[in-house]
Amino acid sequence: MRKCFVVLGVALLGFLAPAIGQTKLYTRTGYISFFSKAPLEDIEAHNKQVVSFLDVKTGDMVFSVPMKAFQFKKSLMQEHFNENYVESDKYPKATFKGKVVNMQAVNLAQDNVYKVRIEGVLTIHGVDRPVRTDGTLDVKGKQVTGKSTFSVTPQEFNIEIPFLVREHIAKRIDITVNVLYVPYVEKSL
Amino acid sequence: MKRWMKILGMAFLCVWATPTAFGQEDLLKLAQADDTLQTDKVTATFKTTRLINGHSVETNGAGTLLFLISHRFGTLNSGAYNFWGLDQSTIRLALEYGVTDRFTLGVGRSSLEKTFDGFLKYKLLQQQTNGFPVTVTAFTSAALKTLEWPDEEKAYVFAHRLTYAYQLLIARKFSERFSLQVAPTMVHRNLVETGFGEPNVYAVGAGGRFKLSKRTSFNAEYFYLLEGASDQFENSLSLGFDIETGGHVFQLMFTNSQGMIEKFFIPRNAGGWSSGDIYFGFNISRVFNLGKDKRDW
Repeated sequence: MRKCFVVLGVALLGFLAPAIGQTKLYTRTGYISFFSKAPLEDIEAHNKQVVSFLDVKTGDMVFSVPMKAFQFKKSLMQEHFNENYVESDKYPKATFKGKVVNMQAVNLAQDNVYKVRIEGVLTIHGVDRPVRTDGTLDVKGKQVTGKSTFSVTPQEFNIEIPFLVREHIAKRIDITVNVLYVPYVEKSL
Repeated sequence: MKRWMKILGMAFLCVWATPTAFGQEDLLKLAQADDTLQTDKVTATFKTTRLINGHSVETNGAGTLLFLISHRFGTLNSGAYNFWGLDQSTIRLALEYGVTDRFTLGVGRSSLEKTFDGFLKYKLLQQQTNGFPVTVTAFTSAALKTLEWPDEEKAYVFAHRLTYAYQLLIARKFSERFSLQVAPTMVHRNLVETGFGEPNVYAVGAGGRFKLSKRTSFNAEYFYLLEGASDQFENSLSLGFDIETGGHVFQLMFTNSQGMIEKFFIPRNAGGWSSGDIYFGFNISRVFNLGKDKRDW
């Protein structure tokens, strides 16, 4: 009988825990840019409307990236990016669903720059691809800055490049991620 | 009693355990719901600044210079002697510059009647997803005919050389492939050269595009002349095909209009499709980026 009460008590505590200790960090203004060097011209775009969550307890990390928010220097390039390459009307968002694998190495109580390993699934243009990359989590008080760089190829995501412009577009595209996480406050409905 | 407690305990444990099991999915749902881009601009209603003969709602981006070569051969019914029109040609060369993303100005020169033209184009409203349903662009142009007067004795003045056009372009991109445009138009002629007809010509243009692939589309355009001017002239009907290759857009078309500016292709079409007065032609546009990088990342 006593055992049962213990189980019940633990269960109740667990039930209440998420309400007491908020473990989610988030941003709505994360920054992602990509860069590709090609013989004719460099292609570069910047996005400051990236939404990301990091659960510091589990290490779960997700990104939602509105594709139309990528800003190019040339407006025509931006139009072609959305219309012809990533097809933003059909696939408006790129997402990442994954984990900081070594979250236990990060001590949020102590300001420091922690090296982390991130693994997960990146979805662009409706295509899922596993991604593994290194990054850093820079803890400063209640804020955590996450940084990482990695590369992708258009082919991986079934982004077709017509023969005529193949020379103008690099094979590899470097992606830079820089997000400033703050504690997430659940919106009261 | 004991058993009942156990079951209750298990139930609580289950409830407690679920959030971690669905962690990533839930987080992603949260992230996507929190997207700041709930409404965004609908872009690329048309491939370029022309539908076929007439302007489209599109303007050039800030700092973008567009060089446009428009060419029309002779009529298909001009016979084998004229190689079905290919012997003849009229051409218009033009430069268009995007001062801002919304405001474009342009100049052009047509071989037809040695006409210079200049225009202003301003995108008043932009279609948005989950927002405003159409893109609206205002257009106005002035054309100066520099062809020498046929009869020097007549009392012509400089003002007689000028013609103006005013247009409101209203377009909606219904889907990625399909866009429609309506264009109420007025053309004002300081001199009605034929001697009959009103100086003001009112017309309604309608047209659209259907994308055949990512980089090609089929276009159609029609200008319906409202009462007054339609007695002597045919309405303009054009069918075209767009091919986009990065910085170039090629437009091939069949049309019963010879000229490439409003004063010609709206109130001056002598022949119609039924009589074979059809001109084959093309537009080639090329963009250059002149503007310095002023965007702040």
